[in-house]
Amino acid sequence: MNLVRNHVLISIDAGTIMAGAKGVEKALVDEINKQGLSGEIAVLETGSIGATGQGVVIVVYPEGLYYANVNPEDAKEIVEEHLLKGRPVKRLIMTEMPRQQVIRKEKTGLLKEQARIVLKNSGIINPENIDEYIAAGGYEAIERAFTELKPEGVIREVKESGLVGRGGAAFTTAMKWEFASRAPGQPKYIICNADEGEPGTFKDRLILEGDPHKLIEGMMLAAYAFGGSKGFIYIRGEYALSIERLEKAIQQAREYGILGDNILESGFNFDLAVMKGAGAYVCGEETALIESLEGKRGHPRNKPPYPVTEGLWGKPTVVNNVETLANVPEIVRHGAAWYRGYGTDKCPGTKVYTIIGNVATPGLIEAEMGTTLRDIIYDYAGGIKAGKHFKGALVGGAAGAFLGPEMLDVQMDFINLKEYAAVLGSGAILVMDERTDIVDMLQSVLHFFKHESCGHCVPCRLGTKQLVEIIDRIALGKGKTGDIEKMVKISEVMRDTSFCPLGQSLNLPISSSLKYFKDEVYGRVPATV
Amino acid sequence: MNLEELKKIREKAQKDVELRQKQARIRIVVGMGTSGIAAGARDVLKTFVEEVGKRNLTDVIVTQTGEKGLASQEPMVEIFEESKPVVVYGNIDPEKARRVVVEHVVNGQPVSEFAI
Repeated sequence: MNLVRNHVLISIDAGTIMAGAKGVEKALVDEINKQGLSGEIAVLETGSIGATGQGVVIVVYPEGLYYANVNPEDAKEIVEEHLLKGRPVKRLIMTEMPRQQVIRKEKTGLLKEQARIVLKNSGIINPENIDEYIAAGGYEAIERAFTELKPEGVIREVKESGLVGRGGAAFTTAMKWEFASRAPGQPKYIICNADEGEPGTFKDRLILEGDPHKLIEGMMLAAYAFGGSKGFIYIRGEYALSIERLEKAIQQAREYGILGDNILESGFNFDLAVMKGAGAYVCGEETALIESLEGKRGHPRNKPPYPVTEGLWGKPTVVNNVETLANVPEIVRHGAAWYRGYGTDKCPGTKVYTIIGNVATPGLIEAEMGTTLRDIIYDYAGGIKAGKHFKGALVGGAAGAFLGPEMLDVQMDFINLKEYAAVLGSGAILVMDERTDIVDMLQSVLHFFKHESCGHCVPCRLGTKQLVEIIDRIALGKGKTGDIEKMVKISEVMRDTSFCPLGQSLNLPISSSLKYFKDEVYGRVPATV
Repeated sequence: MNLEELKKIREKAQKDVELRQKQARIRIVVGMGTSGIAAGARDVLKTFVEEVGKRNLTDVIVTQTGEKGLASQEPMVEIFEESKPVVVYGNIDPEKARRVVVEHVVNGQPVSEFAI
């Protein structure tokens, strides 16, 4: 056996690739070879380590030392000084560390390790190597499902775990599976919705880039539970690295007999295909997604019938979000009781957030359900950028809600936020300091919706256009008396009459911006006599 | 592949990954300052890595450190072991390194003649 004394993990995701990660990787490998260290030092690619805006990030083990903003020219120094002589290169050590280790829990008053279920392996294993996933307990869940639980047992565990969909709508996952398992018709399909289009959200991409096998196992478990035999991953076409890694992972799983016929000699048949979307926001809606998958224009369908009875090509189909499915292997592996140890009673588990905007360390975090916005911003994201103050946050993406400072201490989970007329949505948190103009923010949200409205139904097609006209006027300081009320009215009509959630959800950013920033918005409309 | 084979792959892969960031029982630290390297620390480090690998000692890590300030004793090697005093060896060469692995690391008997 060859003993490697240092492992250099280089974080490869779309962000770090743009910052030149591939060049750094090559420079490191070249330098290591030049110094004759190739047998002792291994350079491995891994997923996102949860920090963005810090250029190319590498981690050196066993020390666990993080370097940020690494350039190819730094490779020589890192190899000569750190890897050869054992002297860390101080000027490159990451100062703004992603706060992943500890999180204050109001519940216990104790310092506790960050609860990582979905992101457990991201930034730790090599996502392009199935063996590393297996070493981290991967495909143990499917083993337990085959030998111990059987399909009913998998549904039972997931039901007892209280897992709800993480894509935004928060529907009970096990219920979908149960409906599909009872529905007549064969074959049955599982679709993974990886068409992550919510502005400011990139959690699914990082899950896929960091741990593609976890999604594969999650989809297998779902299909096994409700009797599915074929799966599709509907993914954004722009997610080139995710697609590449998924396809590699699928290939490796096939070679191991983990995908295909008679999986692990259990008699269960299942295979997967990756399908690319063309970047329409509405295709995140499950029936529009199915239409698109069938090769048609991405318009939502009439419901009922729901996809669980009549979905893809008229067959029973379950559509689950990436994060939802990524929770499943850990639930099945450790059991529902274990899962319920995380989060709140009503909303167990964790949530993956992408936190962006005016914070010190924007990035990807996973926190228990019920963690407050204050903890997320100040504990995980390093607080507001130097010298500035928290003004508000847009939580849940464009279809989410603006929250003011008075919401900082509200426990965030799907059920609790509903009481405050807010949503967790996809988990995007856009933090704003006092420099941010709410009308500007609202304007960009409304423009986004106008652009993405698919035109299928009248309220959304015309409503978004009207709203954009009004907000543009207000932004220019030419708003008329009654404009704001009109905006609210239009969005209410859209909420009540639009065909799909795209048009229905627009009311939320409008009403919430008025709830928390009423004076500011009204202040932009000149008073008329 | 069946479940039995999957288990085997898991056990093997776990060992490989463990090595990357585990808490080791024994840490072998080779002084790799300029004078250490000039005195042959590079070969010593290599030997330790090879020997530890050959014997499949998964709970031992080999790492390096900078100048110790005792240039006449280079190459220097320190052995850190849980709840035991640190042992420092001087003037180590690949041959001596092999003996340190056999006698100290494997059998728990520090090689007193090399110690400083």
